[in-house]
Amino acid sequence: MASITLDGLAHAYRPDPRGPQDYALKEINHVWRQGGAYALLGPSGCGKTTLLNIISGLVVPTRGKILFDDRDVTHLPTEARNIAQVFQFPVVYDTMTVRENLAFPLKNRRMPREEIARRVEEIASRLDMSAVLDRKAANLTADAKQKISLGRGLVREDVAAILFDEPLTVIDPHLKWQLRSTLKELHRTLDLTMIYVTHDQTEALTFADTVVVMHDGGVVQTGTPEELFERPAHTFVGHFIGSPGMNVLPARVEGRRALIGDVAIELARAYPALPAGETIELGVRPEFATLAPAGTGVPVAVKRIDDIGRARIARVEIAGQPAAAMVPEGLALNGDEAGLRLDPRQIHIYAGGVLVPGEATNREGAS
Amino acid sequence: MTLELVNVSRTVNAASHLRDISLRLENGSLNVLLGATLAGKTSLMRLMAGLDAPTTGRVLVDGRDVTGLSVKKRSVAMVYQQFINYPALTVYENIASPLRLQRLPRAEIEARVNEAARLLKLTPYLERTPLALSGGQQQRTAIARALVKRADLVLLDEPLANLDYKLREELREELPRIFASTGAVFVYATTEPTEALLLGGNTASLMEGRLTQFGPTAQVYRHPADLATAQVFSDPPLNALRVVKSGGTVLLESGAVVPATGALATVPDGTYTVGVRAHHLEVETVARAERDHRPGIIRLGARVAVTEVTGSESFLHMDMGTADTGSADAGHRLTALLPGVHRLEPGAPVEVLIDPRHILLFDAAGNNTGTALGAAA
Amino acid sequence: MDKPLNNRAWWLVAPVFLIVAFSAIVPIMTVVNYSVQDTFGNNQFFWNGLGWFQELLDPSTELGGRFFDALWRNLMFSAIILAIEVPLGILVALSMPREGWKVAATLVVMALPLLIPWNVVGTIWQVFARADIGLAGWGLNALGIPYNFTGDPLAAWITIVVMDVWHWTSLVALLCYAGLKSIPDAYYQAARIDGASRWAIFTTIQLPKMNRVLLIAVLLRFMDSFMIYTEPFVLTGGGPGNATTFLSIDLVKLALGQFDLGKAAAMSLVYNLIVLAVCWVFYTVMTHAGSERPQREIAG
Repeated sequence: MASITLDGLAHAYRPDPRGPQDYALKEINHVWRQGGAYALLGPSGCGKTTLLNIISGLVVPTRGKILFDDRDVTHLPTEARNIAQVFQFPVVYDTMTVRENLAFPLKNRRMPREEIARRVEEIASRLDMSAVLDRKAANLTADAKQKISLGRGLVREDVAAILFDEPLTVIDPHLKWQLRSTLKELHRTLDLTMIYVTHDQTEALTFADTVVVMHDGGVVQTGTPEELFERPAHTFVGHFIGSPGMNVLPARVEGRRALIGDVAIELARAYPALPAGETIELGVRPEFATLAPAGTGVPVAVKRIDDIGRARIARVEIAGQPAAAMVPEGLALNGDEAGLRLDPRQIHIYAGGVLVPGEATNREGAS
Repeated sequence: MTLELVNVSRTVNAASHLRDISLRLENGSLNVLLGATLAGKTSLMRLMAGLDAPTTGRVLVDGRDVTGLSVKKRSVAMVYQQFINYPALTVYENIASPLRLQRLPRAEIEARVNEAARLLKLTPYLERTPLALSGGQQQRTAIARALVKRADLVLLDEPLANLDYKLREELREELPRIFASTGAVFVYATTEPTEALLLGGNTASLMEGRLTQFGPTAQVYRHPADLATAQVFSDPPLNALRVVKSGGTVLLESGAVVPATGALATVPDGTYTVGVRAHHLEVETVARAERDHRPGIIRLGARVAVTEVTGSESFLHMDMGTADTGSADAGHRLTALLPGVHRLEPGAPVEVLIDPRHILLFDAAGNNTGTALGAAA
Repeated sequence: MDKPLNNRAWWLVAPVFLIVAFSAIVPIMTVVNYSVQDTFGNNQFFWNGLGWFQELLDPSTELGGRFFDALWRNLMFSAIILAIEVPLGILVALSMPREGWKVAATLVVMALPLLIPWNVVGTIWQVFARADIGLAGWGLNALGIPYNFTGDPLAAWITIVVMDVWHWTSLVALLCYAGLKSIPDAYYQAARIDGASRWAIFTTIQLPKMNRVLLIAVLLRFMDSFMIYTEPFVLTGGGPGNATTFLSIDLVKLALGQFDLGKAAAMSLVYNLIVLAVCWVFYTVMTHAGSERPQREIAG
């Protein structure tokens, strides 16, 4: 049982880092609560794997400390930390049966034989693997192998946290769903801290209670899936989360109106103190932008409509700027002209990429 | 060109990789091969390319039999899941390499490479080597090299599988337009139903080496010919319930009995499979008093197993029937995709609503009874 | 099954068939011909049926005794060098550096003995081990250890074994190194997380992942050592006495020294069959080990 504290952690792969550009991981302070389900989300090269390796003990950070509860483990090797890890490509011991694989970590820790047998049986039934316990692990499918990797972590009673490094990469879409809900159910019943690293937003959002979004070596936002979806703190988060991502349009703000080119959009808040010299952008998610017949809402030109099966997504242009919007069922369009209905409460203003809170007053603010 | 496969099958060491597949791909078309790993997508592509010969059946190009003609004599280009480029050559030289082999004049090569680079947004990187590029740019280079040949047949084997989610999204959006501007026969293998839908064109759904359906993508998605196709072409997985219809009632495996409505009302008595996609399920907490009075709505009792929230939508996994069947048994597990955020406690009782208009009904042999045609939107 | 797409391919392999026919089949048939005849020189041959074979396989005859003595020496030699070279090669491979400039340096040093012609290896060791002027021989005697490989059978054996180990261990090591390099890092990380000891990592990850290359190494080293000729011929000439007279050396003595073509032919055929049988066993084991592997580990 442990919470994991990252205290002023930073890492550079070169020995003599001079400026922030040399850091693969910029300073991060974070506490992973005991029993939480976390995701580290970001594109390749954002530093998430470096952070994972620091937690698992494969990399010693250049600066800062990592604490398990109050114990400083910064310089402890992997085997001395109470963690388990599931890797991108399934790792099983080929010559062993599933049973021997699951028993391996306990055998190494010299647990009594009956105790091992009991733990293995218990975990196997949790993972729905009781039927294949005596099969050779090498001959199983990729998803079964991933379950074995996970099981080798679960059998240990001392495990405080399980780290997942893009564990569903080689799993077929249909089986991904099963494995994901198995993970969720295990997390709920076992009170383990789980940290899940991925570039796939769906995996991150569906798995985690708290998602840490990383970009360019730093954390850009930490929050629940709803927070990340409804109030992205940075245009990167808006773009990276959501499919399609948030529409980010260059804008001018005048009082409670935003101007995109010469198209005016009503805002729910005022932004009196926008920093001068920064790029001002308006962000609105496609989910809060609905296509309507021409003449209603903001005028747009429809370029294309994509049918993704359960919904239709329109690719439109607002004053020449590309954006995506939802097409409601039964909407008939004449030509490529249409209107766009926006939910003013879901429109955000960004200065230099960073969310500006705005003031929910009635005052007509002068900019 | 048109590429036609006539009753081809392929057996390797007594294992059947492809079973009696007939398929006709028209000039300028984009064709998606959709199926799980080992469903036969790669085997089929190798056969189309001429890398393998079919065990039985024929391969025709423009009506001419080319079965057994080697890949070198065919006009084929391939893109693989791994980013395959010449690491020592610049992006320009990588794209130019197939043209140099054809000994085209210098000016022609330059024009074609620049055109392909523009199409794939590689112009700023032409003088770099592939390893100095991002994964997305590396795969763009490989695709440009395949296009620049102007081959009659371009095969792409899960080309986006190794890319980051967002890069995949970006490239997936561009690909149909890139393909449309060239006019070859494109074949694109993927495991992901969403990818097939976004690419459009035609879809061939494959399961265990069999071609279960081939047709325009939207049509295959909305009117799957059989249960296998519907399962291959559903993400989240298709909710499939085995039912027995007798007279005016329908008995479910879970023991529940519901009135035979919609498509179920008109089919003869017998065993059927009811298929409903996740976004067509509606869920009500039992406590909610107001009742939906749409005609013929089917209501089923279930318990919440897992909730997954994406921020804008929720995936609700539920187990049907009594508490003792509450395992991960696939037949009793339902998945609903609900708009908005719904955090329901595991074990909470819910009612699942199925609008009969959205039912895909398959007979005992797995064939679509066809009554759902035009209904499931 | 793959059907040949084009019959022209057969014409391309025809030259290989011709070369094999002339280099292998014709000489073998000549040997078979000799093995069933007796000769007193002068190109006069007499039919002897399976006589030579009967004599050869009967240890109580002069020829049979000689054959079995040499065969045991061969098997003993192969067993000893395999027992030393395989574990030693694995050990060397495990301690080789994984990255940096040391990799290239180590590989070059390891490859050196493999690049020296076999007769030169024999000569080097012949000089090196001489009790009068050789560094090793003189040194050992100076330390008070009596050592003379030309007079003492045990010393001769030790010298030949040490020479072979020096010559060939790097081959085993290089093969194992290649096997080790192909193991993804994740396996080692997983093992550390599972608390595996160094020994457990070796037996559960490294050895299973190396078993294919190890089989190839054992096969190569067995065949080579079982047919060893040049080095002991240069070093000891088969002596002292017959202490290091291996089958190949005996065969040459029989054929070229005594000109007993019939006996030599029969002996070489049996020798050949033994090598083939062992190779076949290895091949079966290897292909069997291969079939247990999953068809595809990674979705593609």
